[in-house]
Amino acid sequence: MNAETAMKTEGYTTADGRKIGGVLMEMKNITLRFGGVTAIKDISFDIRDGEIRAIIGPNGAGKSSMLNVISGFYVPTEGEVWFKGFRRGPMKPYQVAQLGIARTFQNIALFDGMTVLDNIMTGRLTLMKTGILAQAMWWGSAQREESAHREKVEKIIDFLEIQAIRKTPVGRLPYGLKKRVELARALAAEPKILLLDEPMAGMNVEEKEDMCRFILDVNDEFGTTICLIEHDMGVVMDLSDRVVVMDYGKKIGDGTPDEVRANPEVIAAYLGVAHD
Amino acid sequence: MVEMTAPSDALHSIPALLARNVARIGALPAYREKEFGIWQSWTWAQTDDQIRALALGFLSLGVERGDHIAIIGRNRPAHYWAMVAAQMCGAVPVPLYQDAVADEMAYVLDHCGARFIVCGDQEQVDKVLEIEDRVQHIQHVMYNDRRGMRKYDHSRMNALADVQAEARAGHFRYEGELTKRIAELDYDSTCVMLYTSGTTGKPKGVVLSNRNIIETAKNTSGFDHLRHGDEVLAYLPMAWVGDFIFSVGQAYWTGFTVNCPESPATMMTDLREIGPTYFFAPPRVFEGQLTNVMIRMEDAGRLKKKMFDHFMALARQVGPAILDGKPVSMMDRLRYGLGNILVYGPLKNTLGFSRIRVGYTAGEAIGPEIFDFYRSLGINLKQLYGQTEASVFITQQPDGQVRSDTVGVPSPGVEVKIAENGEVFYRSPGTFVEYFKNPESTASTKDAEGWVATGDAGFFEDGTGHLRIIDRAKDVGKMADGHLFAPKYVENKLKFYPNILEAVVFGNARTMCTAFVNIDLQAVGNWAERNNIAYASYQELAGHPRVYDMIQGHVEEVNRSVAADPMLAGCQVHRFLILHKELDADDGELTRTRKVRRNIIESKFAELIDALYDGRDSIYTETEVTYEDGRKGAIKATLTIRDAAVQGTQTRMAAE
Repeated sequence: MNAETAMKTEGYTTADGRKIGGVLMEMKNITLRFGGVTAIKDISFDIRDGEIRAIIGPNGAGKSSMLNVISGFYVPTEGEVWFKGFRRGPMKPYQVAQLGIARTFQNIALFDGMTVLDNIMTGRLTLMKTGILAQAMWWGSAQREESAHREKVEKIIDFLEIQAIRKTPVGRLPYGLKKRVELARALAAEPKILLLDEPMAGMNVEEKEDMCRFILDVNDEFGTTICLIEHDMGVVMDLSDRVVVMDYGKKIGDGTPDEVRANPEVIAAYLGVAHD
Repeated sequence: MVEMTAPSDALHSIPALLARNVARIGALPAYREKEFGIWQSWTWAQTDDQIRALALGFLSLGVERGDHIAIIGRNRPAHYWAMVAAQMCGAVPVPLYQDAVADEMAYVLDHCGARFIVCGDQEQVDKVLEIEDRVQHIQHVMYNDRRGMRKYDHSRMNALADVQAEARAGHFRYEGELTKRIAELDYDSTCVMLYTSGTTGKPKGVVLSNRNIIETAKNTSGFDHLRHGDEVLAYLPMAWVGDFIFSVGQAYWTGFTVNCPESPATMMTDLREIGPTYFFAPPRVFEGQLTNVMIRMEDAGRLKKKMFDHFMALARQVGPAILDGKPVSMMDRLRYGLGNILVYGPLKNTLGFSRIRVGYTAGEAIGPEIFDFYRSLGINLKQLYGQTEASVFITQQPDGQVRSDTVGVPSPGVEVKIAENGEVFYRSPGTFVEYFKNPESTASTKDAEGWVATGDAGFFEDGTGHLRIIDRAKDVGKMADGHLFAPKYVENKLKFYPNILEAVVFGNARTMCTAFVNIDLQAVGNWAERNNIAYASYQELAGHPRVYDMIQGHVEEVNRSVAADPMLAGCQVHRFLILHKELDADDGELTRTRKVRRNIIESKFAELIDALYDGRDSIYTETEVTYEDGRKGAIKATLTIRDAAVQGTQTRMAAE
């Protein structure tokens, strides 16, 4: 058994002493085409249990497409997605959620007219067992179940420090807070793996710092594996354990932030090369 | 009703009061805190169990008699428990301001020599670790909230809950020692040490004994008939003496319930849910709430607005009289009753003031309109005058004798005298023991007979015997032409306008008075919105010509009112500017209790002050600002300077 495969099953220890487990999700030779356009060309990489994995790349590199493949929203034209040791077939959105995959969106997808609390409660929908009728009557087991779910949601509200806006309709919140509420809703589903599509986009420095702290805390406290797409290089390099770099649908780099930073192809894609 | 005043001779410490409360009212709630969206409560018996476990834990960590234990965090039951647990061990609790930056904290921690520190959360722990190499004697850090703490080196650190758990497991070892230490506490042992916010110079550690705290709590609880069953909301900084008196002194004496908000941001919601019966707030909280109500009424429907205006006019007319029990005609009483159903009741409920029996405000002068607004609704809002060195209370207003321009009569047990230069002196059972490690300051503040100089100038009003405070004694000066200069008097008048958050008036030994003005972003921002004035930042709004017009109007109105008082007519503001940044405690311009630090502002903004006096109409400036995390930055701005019309200068000229 070589070092590569040993790492795959046994995991590794990060610089700050966190234990990373074995492979949780693996992309094998993924290609994605829309008609004649190839969005992703033959990409392979894995995501390990408990790590923070980033996908970066210039505009149009295919990052969001990749995230959609991971989330099961797109079915790859070629290649295989393996999750927890099983090959994954095409799935319905609720099946994705039941598998333990939750995500946030680049352009916030919350219910504007509902309160923060109600929005987060919707995150627990797939975990609710009582039927729609019992919930409508709000009686017996449905009532007990809702209390239990509410308790979980309150823990998340406390965790993300949004107590003050608990009863505020989401439509009235500023952008940075909406992002946080969306993260809360994704967390409410108690996901195994959390996909974040540009969690820091459009935020000011302070909001970015807050968001970074929350992402690290989520990973630390709940042991949630996180896969994120981000533009802000500083954030990515500080936050993630390993980084995949994409350019024009191809993978041009994969490794720790330091490795990626030193990779000449990555430098060329981001900064351009001198022609002499 | 349980009798709470009986044998007081044995009640010589806070732990002794706790034991009495457990015996008498052990099943009644002592603390409540909202967590995870639900109010959790602890009875006096449960509180005792928590505090004892913590005290045993302190002993096992090696807390000695006379140790100082610093507590840094927002108002949470566990932090109050840590203070009482420290007392049980014979140690002295030292609550610190939680928003202090690391440097300020380093001074205080170094000065008191605290070996043990209780932090609220990761943020506070980080600050302590940052200064650890400068403050050598820190031995053990404890924290309340585990969030984010997992990766820290725990060789000299522990969670409060773990300290308690370890102590509970090994309680046999230290129980005897703890009983002995509690028994050693007497009326003269130190109850708490509080650092003054320090308008001038370094903070001083005010040592208050059990006698100071318990006597004051006993007297003032009697004055306002406080009893168990009362509810307070603990939301003001734990390092402030008022919070210690209300949430510890009076709470343990009477056995009332202390409620802690979920987070600082939810304070208003929590206030509404708890509906305290006894409430203290500095004037700015009342101002803020009133501004909120008025802004929301602007946006209300026409019928509601009409109803509000009609009944508020009535309330202003007869409300205070009804509250003071003065005769009011039957017809007015009926109309007020109707108003109570339609307007006052729902409004009080929204504000969280439905159940208030006693409300206090102090610290700054409160605007008469604001004060009367709350009184007219039937809220028994009163004023008190006090300071840390007095265990808060010097004077307070008895029920039925309440006015906005006095601070009341001496509190029970307090003697007050006015010196020749107008400075107020007091002597009371609450008078502090000493300034810690600072005998010179102690001697210059408290004389051999126990009289303490307040540093405030004031006088007793003829007829009523109520004390009126004019200004800080050292700030009262003379202008170049010999007129009396009392900056605070004018600043307060300016600050009564909701649009003005802060004002600083200059003019000592000069020919005329000038002023810096800080606008209130919320009030002015709302006004701008309604008037279609676009702005992108505080700075831009502050410099807007129409905002200047509005503030000029306020300044000129104040000038007219100042001119009416011949003694102070010289204090009219001739020129003013609106500052490009909010005065901030992080930049050292205000104290942590939000009082203006005049000398610092004078040196920091010296060029702006020069511009006010040399006739220029604008000035370019760069100001250093400190961000919350301690980093520095600079803001640049070109400020406009305006002249304001003054009254009666001609007559003065003619007289000269």
